[in-house]
Amino acid sequence: MTTAEAHKNSGMGKDLVVYLCILALAGIQFVIAYQDISASQMFVRMLIVAIVEAALALLFFMHLWENRGLLWFFVIFTVFVLLAMQYGWTDSFRLSNGVPWAT
Amino acid sequence: MSQADLTMQGHSPVMAEPTFSVPAKKMAMWLFIIADTATFAGCLVAYGFIRNGTPNWPRPFHSITNVALMTLILLTSSLTMLFGVRSAKRGDKSGAFRWTMITAVAGILFAALHIREWMGLIHEGATLLQNPWGTPLFGAAFFSITGLHLLHVTGGVVALIAVGLRYKGGRYHADDLEITGLYWHFVDLVWMFVVPLVYLLNLAH
Repeated sequence: MTTAEAHKNSGMGKDLVVYLCILALAGIQFVIAYQDISASQMFVRMLIVAIVEAALALLFFMHLWENRGLLWFFVIFTVFVLLAMQYGWTDSFRLSNGVPWAT
Repeated sequence: MSQADLTMQGHSPVMAEPTFSVPAKKMAMWLFIIADTATFAGCLVAYGFIRNGTPNWPRPFHSITNVALMTLILLTSSLTMLFGVRSAKRGDKSGAFRWTMITAVAGILFAALHIREWMGLIHEGATLLQNPWGTPLFGAAFFSITGLHLLHVTGGVVALIAVGLRYKGGRYHADDLEITGLYWHFVDLVWMFVVPLVYLLNLAH
């Protein structure tokens, strides 16, 4: 086997391993859906699995692992946007429970 | 040597190194992806806000078969896209075109299953503005989020076919295929969040 062929096979092998990992994680989400747990626990568990799936896709399918500068740019910007959206949650709890700041 | 060439040479240390060592076209796609991430995050956070603030949120999904199949198809299409890009980077034009078209077919299959599921829900009485299970916000949230995703899949399929054909015709290069692949992986990535939040959390037990 030539060096180029070996490199090609290892690249496709890595793609396949990452794909199987993501597939397994997606399967775990479906298993969690049938667990006898509260909706909030289910939400947290599924979200954690989804974040791990997304991280694998970003790092290996979208090749951010090979470009650290772009990786940090993407992570910082996205985390900032997501954190900025979280301020509304307290109001959604107020709508359903009357707390906090109901009085 | 032209004045333009001399100018380029004079600025070569700056010109040779694009932002974040990424070519301009790829950087533009990344910026689009970041902007689209904010769009989908906004939709999903708003959905979470509505779901959390609405008592007795409906759980109308009785089977996971269709959504599991859709997930399998979309995830597999990401793999075929990777194979297509790898083939293009190797200079294997026919292989790259073949894998890209397989990816597009998977996208069409995904869209067909998605529409079949929509038709089932519509047949049960669910629309954008009402549904028989309680709060009308369910229909609004479900059809808006999955519709936006379906729109992205449809756009992706069109882009894959167009870029694939132009790559085969020699007008586009491996980099163009890679950039289209980035978009396709992003569509796949969004689905990883849509499935648990919109489908699995609304599964009837």
